[in-house]
Amino acid sequence: MSSNKGLLHNTWHLGMKEFHSLLGDWTMLFLIVFMFTISVYADARAKPESLHRASIAVADEDRSQLSARIIDALRPPQFITPQHVELADIDKSMDAGLHTFVLNIPPNFQRDVLAGRSPAVQLNVDATRQSQAQTGTGYIQNIVNDEIRAFMQRYRAAPAQPVNLVTRAMFNPNLNQSWFAAVTAIINNITMLGILLTGAALIREREHGTIEHLLVMPVTPLEIMLSKVWSMGVVVLLASTFSLQFVVKGALGVVVPGSILLFAMATLLYLFAAASIGIYMGTLARNMPQFGLMTILVLLPLQILSGALTPRESMPEVVRWLMSLAPTTHFVSLGQGVLFRGAGIEVVWPEFLMVALIGAAFFGLALQRLRSTIGNM
Amino acid sequence: MTPGQGAAPVVRSAAQPVARLVELEHRYGDTLAADRVSLDVPAGCMVGFIGPDGVGKSTWLGLIAGARKLQGGRLEVLGGDMASARHRSAVCPRIAYMPQGLGKNLYPTLSVFENIDFFGRLFGQSRAERAHRIADLLASTDLTDFADRPANKLSGGMKQKLGLCCALIHDPDLLILDEPTTGVDPLSRRQFWELIKRIRSRRKDMSVLVATAYMEEAEQYDWLVAVDAGQVLATGTPAQLHERTGTRTLEEAFLALLPPERRGEHAPLHIPPLTAGEVVIEAHDLQMRFGDFIAVDDVNLQVRRGEIFGFLGSNGCGKSTTMKMLTGLLPPSRGEARLLGEVLDARNIDTRRRVGYMSQAFSLYGELSVRRNLQLHARLFNLSHDEGDARIAELAQRFDLVPVMEALPDALPLGIRQRLQLAVAVLHRPDVLILDEPTSGVDPVARDHFWELIIDLSRKDGVTIFITTHFMNEAQRCDRISLMHAGKILASDTPEAMVAARGSGTLEDVFVDYLAEASGVTLGIVDEPAQDSGSTIPDADPALLSADAATSSSGSRVAHFSFARLLSFSMREATELRRDPFRLTLALLGTVMLMLVMGYGISTDVEDLNYAVLDLDRSTVSDSYTLNISGSRYFLEQAPLESHADIDHRMRAGELAMALEIPPGFGRDLARGARPEIGVWLDGAMPMRAEVARSYVLGVHAQTLSEAITASTGARPVPAADIAVRYRYNPDMRSLIAMVPAVIPMLLVFIPSMLTALGVVREKELGSILNVYTTPVTKLEFLLGKQLPYIGLSMLNFVLMFVIAITLFGVPFKGSLLAFFVGALIYVTATTGLGLLMSTLTDSQVAAMAGTSIGTLLPAIQFSGMLDPVSSLEGVGAFIGQIYPTTHFLTISRGTFSKALDFGDLSAAFIPLLIAIPVLTLASVLLLKKQAR
Repeated sequence: MSSNKGLLHNTWHLGMKEFHSLLGDWTMLFLIVFMFTISVYADARAKPESLHRASIAVADEDRSQLSARIIDALRPPQFITPQHVELADIDKSMDAGLHTFVLNIPPNFQRDVLAGRSPAVQLNVDATRQSQAQTGTGYIQNIVNDEIRAFMQRYRAAPAQPVNLVTRAMFNPNLNQSWFAAVTAIINNITMLGILLTGAALIREREHGTIEHLLVMPVTPLEIMLSKVWSMGVVVLLASTFSLQFVVKGALGVVVPGSILLFAMATLLYLFAAASIGIYMGTLARNMPQFGLMTILVLLPLQILSGALTPRESMPEVVRWLMSLAPTTHFVSLGQGVLFRGAGIEVVWPEFLMVALIGAAFFGLALQRLRSTIGNM
Repeated sequence: MTPGQGAAPVVRSAAQPVARLVELEHRYGDTLAADRVSLDVPAGCMVGFIGPDGVGKSTWLGLIAGARKLQGGRLEVLGGDMASARHRSAVCPRIAYMPQGLGKNLYPTLSVFENIDFFGRLFGQSRAERAHRIADLLASTDLTDFADRPANKLSGGMKQKLGLCCALIHDPDLLILDEPTTGVDPLSRRQFWELIKRIRSRRKDMSVLVATAYMEEAEQYDWLVAVDAGQVLATGTPAQLHERTGTRTLEEAFLALLPPERRGEHAPLHIPPLTAGEVVIEAHDLQMRFGDFIAVDDVNLQVRRGEIFGFLGSNGCGKSTTMKMLTGLLPPSRGEARLLGEVLDARNIDTRRRVGYMSQAFSLYGELSVRRNLQLHARLFNLSHDEGDARIAELAQRFDLVPVMEALPDALPLGIRQRLQLAVAVLHRPDVLILDEPTSGVDPVARDHFWELIIDLSRKDGVTIFITTHFMNEAQRCDRISLMHAGKILASDTPEAMVAARGSGTLEDVFVDYLAEASGVTLGIVDEPAQDSGSTIPDADPALLSADAATSSSGSRVAHFSFARLLSFSMREATELRRDPFRLTLALLGTVMLMLVMGYGISTDVEDLNYAVLDLDRSTVSDSYTLNISGSRYFLEQAPLESHADIDHRMRAGELAMALEIPPGFGRDLARGARPEIGVWLDGAMPMRAEVARSYVLGVHAQTLSEAITASTGARPVPAADIAVRYRYNPDMRSLIAMVPAVIPMLLVFIPSMLTALGVVREKELGSILNVYTTPVTKLEFLLGKQLPYIGLSMLNFVLMFVIAITLFGVPFKGSLLAFFVGALIYVTATTGLGLLMSTLTDSQVAAMAGTSIGTLLPAIQFSGMLDPVSSLEGVGAFIGQIYPTTHFLTISRGTFSKALDFGDLSAAFIPLLIAIPVLTLASVLLLKKQAR
């Protein structure tokens, strides 16, 4: 019983020490504030729609009413107002990466359409920009088809579609990309700080010889570890909740249907996992430069492959399986559920459980390593 | 003590002073380190600065060395104004500065030879000259046998000798030593001063400025400056000071010089006799091995309650290791240590409460104020708030910490920091105090106060004290002492008995005798100053040395930019990198691993989208319609939906990316031509996935309809127009071909910038940045020199990734290899430059790492066109995207990989990359300071 009291007591005071250390590092404080405000805002505002300002050029050899009508329909915000290029310059402009799409409308296009000869327009797509290429192609096809149909209706009754397909997006009716980007940015920041702050705090203690000092005091590795986890956890939790409330809901005006409280609880749980990973890495690295490299090696896959950047469905089985061991994957899916779809605990409890389990596993691993290596620090 | 004994005092009062301080003022916050000081320091002799800790000695020396920025007043060194950068860089090669702290300006992973060699290169010496000088210096410092040993494996005394070698490599005219023998054992100290003496006998014009806490050493200097509270108390030769104060020792003289209110009640120490109790500390055959190396061998000892047990020995003989075993910090390899009869167990928290330990290196939190450090420890030792505060107030009073309670330890002088450490160690009133060189670097007055306290603790409270020290007058005060050498205890007895047994004059002589005997060192010259000219160093070729001196003084006009100096930093950085194979492996293998994971993992193909159908019609028509969708490779059908609520629920759970709703009477309406409507619900939580799903489902829908018409009419419907899509550069839309050329630029920004990110800030945090302050290296040389090895490593990474791309991933490379290679070279120069910029911007390694992560991850992943072209972005993101190097190298990478392009086609991408390099470097140069505050 008394050891439990000691645990809480020591963990509390060691944690407060971490706060004071952080408060003395102005650059770091500035970076934290920057990450959760300006950085999130800029990221969200950079690309409001999933197809946004796609650059397109048109080589219009027909110069007819129909071709003008098609060109006119390709307009902002989905597209940059199309530029006219000569047929001969198509290759050059695509090589230079000036345009993702170049539409080529052949001579006598309008005449052939009206004559029912079914002429072909050519759409050149820069497939190295795969993501935009995919979404944009569908858009352009629809727009061209719609314009041709509407144009023809003025001359003869076009056959109506026997079945209408009506698509609606749930949770995000306009498929607004900035919601997604903002929340992804916050999640990425949480991951980065959770790992970096705790791991670096441990290595800093080692490099400055203070860990040795802690060890002659009635403090256990468990307390050292818990203190770093909770203190850094609180910092990141406060920053992320602030960001969600004032940057995402406030400045960006995103309507968040879910419960921010639930998300904050999930964040706390996730931070526990991320901080444990950070400590684990801190016991592996012998100095700060090594830790820096390890951070990049761990952060990159966590940020890119956790489903926050591209959908997990499209990843290879192996990668998907590997990433299911990372707490980030579950946290991203949980975050999307809570924040976008307004899911409650009854829906997202499996992710909660996974984050907790993975966090506990890493915490156990890190604690064991810390205990076995701390003497040689 | 012998410094300066050989050379007769040569104070040439008429000669120009080596340094002239006029109304010099320097403050840190409220503390005045220099209070309008005016002083002429005579040239060509050994000048000592004596005084308590924290009165400004180190600051003055730092200012004279040009390592600190002048705040107020005037300072002339070697005949010029130190406020002028031009003069500083001109005289810098003539000044050598050894900062306070053991091995502070050394590079721990570099060997002895490499450390000296690095400084030689900085001063532009040729290979032959360096070889000659290093051999000479090593021989005269007895370090020849240790030339290949890394600096961090040296004992304290050896570190100081090495530091001196590094300082002397360029034959300075002015040598500045800040407490050079603090923490060094008596034998090494003698050797050190002998060395200085020999060097001075060779270079008679050299001025030496020393700050010291050893008054006996100062007794031998030519001229002294007594310093207190940022002011000069008195100057003159030791004899003059004695005369003025009518005292016999310098220690007494200094006390007499102090204003009465600063003197305090200083009385000779009185040690009450010991009434020893039971055995408290006991060691049996204690042994510690590190691999093959036996650090401590068969140590046996017993210490009784209340005893003050002195543990003496040369640096690195195993004292600290023994102490760590006695605290339980280090489990012994063999034997056992007992505390109050119980075997020490590192995990036993209760024993920790009974032991107070003070380690040799400062091990408190430098970023927390003195008060907070004390408070933290009070809390951790479970003192209640009131109890803790009372105890802290008491200790602050007793240890004279009251004026610095709110200061940060990092900004305090060594002596005060040691007092703080001791205060922390006794805070919880332990039974046993284990003190590892507690008085190193502490001034004599404070040391006596400290001993009063120790004696008090021992005799009144019965605290057992186990202490190591290099001060023989302290050893004299111990009840018993042990002499240790090379892991073994040589002798153990009361100090008086030891002196008697050995028959030599003082305890110091006994000590030196024992150690010299054990290590086989001869110290003949110590007592015979006449032997000066024929001293042990082969006094090399005098002609060569004088020639060196001539070249170095005539060549003292420092070149504005020296490639040699730049390279010396590169070589050093490369060596450090080589000594850290784990980091090297991380950088290389890590890249490969990330390349594989990201190359395979990032895929923008959307496949296997989970969907389910709410079929309210349940007719054959609706069945055949849904069959078409389930047949598509893009969709993966899940269990059918039951109701609208079910749609809601399962979409909310993220189980479905899409839900289809077929209305009741669908088949009937279709047959009647009533144009029924199918509803599709998409999960908008991931907009990009929703967009793709929408275009897929529209495509499948159109195809289903046209097939239905074909089936019913027997002819394919003719569309009004056909849209022929040509996917260029990657006709099959293979994700790998699109992603691999994008992954290379990504990885070449993250890893290279992280490699350099700690370059500068680490030197700031660990102290070796001083070498940049005090050597002729320019900021540009320093930065570029640090960058060069990482550019090399990054190019190796680049080649590795390129090979993986074309072999393992089988991505065809169509364009100009040369253009790609040159582009990569420019690009990694920019990205390593970005890391360095972060490093100069920040004050802590953590902040540098966080800054670099933020400064690379977000712009490179989101704003550089990896997924969405930069032209699609808006606002700040678009601006960053346009200027960020990754954008342009991405164009080069994709252009050369997939589009078969060459230099000419890519010039628009090369130009911004080329501009980025000087911009980043210039920013770093402007932000880097060449002096401390």
